[in-house]
Amino acid sequence: MDKLLEIKDLHVSFDTYGGEVKAVRGVNLDVKKGETLAIVGESGSGKSVTSKAVMGLIPNPPGRIKQGEILFNGKDLTKLSDRKMQGVRGKDISMIFQDPMTSLNPTMTVGKQIMEGLIKHQKLSRSEARERTVKLLDLVGIPNPDKRVKQYPHQFSGGMRQRVVIAIALACNPMLLIADEPTTALDVTIQAQILDLMRDLQKQMSTSIILITHDLGVVANLAHRVAVMYGGKIIETGTVDEVFYKPKHPYTWGLLSSMPKLHGKSEELLAIPGSPPDLSNPPKGCPFAPRCPHAMQVCIEHMPDYTELTDTQKSACWLLDERAPKVEPPETIGVGGSK
Amino acid sequence: MVRYIIGRIGYLIVTFFIIAALTFMLMQLLPGSPFNSEKLTNEQIEILKDQYHLNDPIAKQFINYIGGIFKGDLGVSFTYDGRPVTKLISERIGPSAVLGIESTIVGTILGLLLGIIAALRRNTYIDYISMIVAVLGISIPSFVFAGLLQYFVGVKWALLPVAFWEGPLYHVMPVISLAVGVMATIARFMRTEMLEVLGQDYMTTAKAKGLSSVTVVFKHAIRNALIPVITILGPLVIGLVTGTLVIEHIFAVPGLGDQFVDSISKRDYPMIMGTTLLYSALFLIIILVVDLLYGIIDPRIRLASGGKD
Repeated sequence: MDKLLEIKDLHVSFDTYGGEVKAVRGVNLDVKKGETLAIVGESGSGKSVTSKAVMGLIPNPPGRIKQGEILFNGKDLTKLSDRKMQGVRGKDISMIFQDPMTSLNPTMTVGKQIMEGLIKHQKLSRSEARERTVKLLDLVGIPNPDKRVKQYPHQFSGGMRQRVVIAIALACNPMLLIADEPTTALDVTIQAQILDLMRDLQKQMSTSIILITHDLGVVANLAHRVAVMYGGKIIETGTVDEVFYKPKHPYTWGLLSSMPKLHGKSEELLAIPGSPPDLSNPPKGCPFAPRCPHAMQVCIEHMPDYTELTDTQKSACWLLDERAPKVEPPETIGVGGSK
Repeated sequence: MVRYIIGRIGYLIVTFFIIAALTFMLMQLLPGSPFNSEKLTNEQIEILKDQYHLNDPIAKQFINYIGGIFKGDLGVSFTYDGRPVTKLISERIGPSAVLGIESTIVGTILGLLLGIIAALRRNTYIDYISMIVAVLGISIPSFVFAGLLQYFVGVKWALLPVAFWEGPLYHVMPVISLAVGVMATIARFMRTEMLEVLGQDYMTTAKAKGLSSVTVVFKHAIRNALIPVITILGPLVIGLVTGTLVIEHIFAVPGLGDQFVDSISKRDYPMIMGTTLLYSALFLIIILVVDLLYGIIDPRIRLASGGKD
């Protein structure tokens, strides 16, 4: 499959009063056509910043892309002028946001908010755009679309608003859709509906999706491949099966263990002790070392290179070095064993 | 929506009559009388009082007065030789109204511009200068500003006429003196609201659609930022009307303000009542207009007040 998006050695920093915060520190990623890549990690791991960098939506100042390339269909988005980037946003790459309650403009009808992109990118007339908007609302499963286009966001429920947000993102048939925690703010029954919708739409339109989430259930549901981020770096990547069933990085083990299970043996929720590193003063070695139960001296001193485990799975951990002691993943990662 | 407006107008009329009653009673509490001249004998005063029905019970006077309002009759001035109050007011209202309207428009437009620019250029010298201007505008009273303008622009540099009301050039200084306060308050408010709105998620959504920054600001940010600003517009305009009392005096503008102050010191009861009621009516209408504007700009309020569609 062709690579639609290729991120090479991306560094993003924010200049704050407390100094430079290195939110993303050398991320390499690629997304193929028609594929769903999930980026998982806890808050502050740099997953949202990476996606905003792709959209060119890093507020500058204080944020800036320090180095690296974001190749989209071969052209480097970081080198595009503002005006050219406006032509890419919403047309080739679009984004679904986390909180549907706040991501729609309260003083503009839903229809107008969808039409804007169509008029700008596809040069449709108002009436054509309106027609297409009604079709889009129908496509994302909003009943009575010809009546609903004229309504304001406050007349929609949370789940319906998220459908509107999705309709906005899909308006111009983008090649890449970035979904930044698209279901986090919704209640569970609605989450499932939205995920089904996204999966159906992807099949229909063969869009590539970057799914940003900390919900591993969502990942298992939707993604083909997973990249696990921690401390501004990708520490493990592989197909969903590889990451869920044969994870190699202790942080991935921790993430999987912390997923609540219906039939779990332990009564308590397993958490990873400690907190993520301070990225204004990032650690020299592996960012997870201070919280890692298997950390060695070398982990604190040097960042490990990626070990290529298969064609698709890579992991950055010293435990994979041949000189390291053999450590078995904990049983609590749950999904393992059964396969 | 229509029902809502009719309801509001009903309240407005009730409020208006409460104000009328209160003013009427307060006025009676004022010490002194309209006919305090030493040249008048007690008998003459009694005759005058009879002539103007001031010896009637207060309730009767009030009912007569209210009856007059319905007929468009605000009574007859005590000091201007029996000329009707409506006539006196209508002769003087022109300059006051022009001054008020011009200052509102100038102050609001400049304030919005200053606030929007400051917010968009946050933490740059443009922002700092705008906000220094705004703080000065709020803290310097309009009469001080008027005096300074008169001294420098009017006298020292002789660029504009110092006083009177004889043509467009004469409007400039009074309008600036009044507009500065409005501009400053609106600028500060608008800046805060713009910053708040610019940080909202829906601004990111708008940008993510690939809209240009100009479209994003004009179509998405300003309207939302205006909602809270509209609420302060009412009190501001009302403050302006009060401000005209002083400013008209300083610039010798032949408006209502001077006449009003004069009528109070002379206990010219019908004049006091007439002018107070005019101002009250104006305030009530401004408040209503602001509330309706609010509904036009914010669809959530429109529907909440107008019922389901």
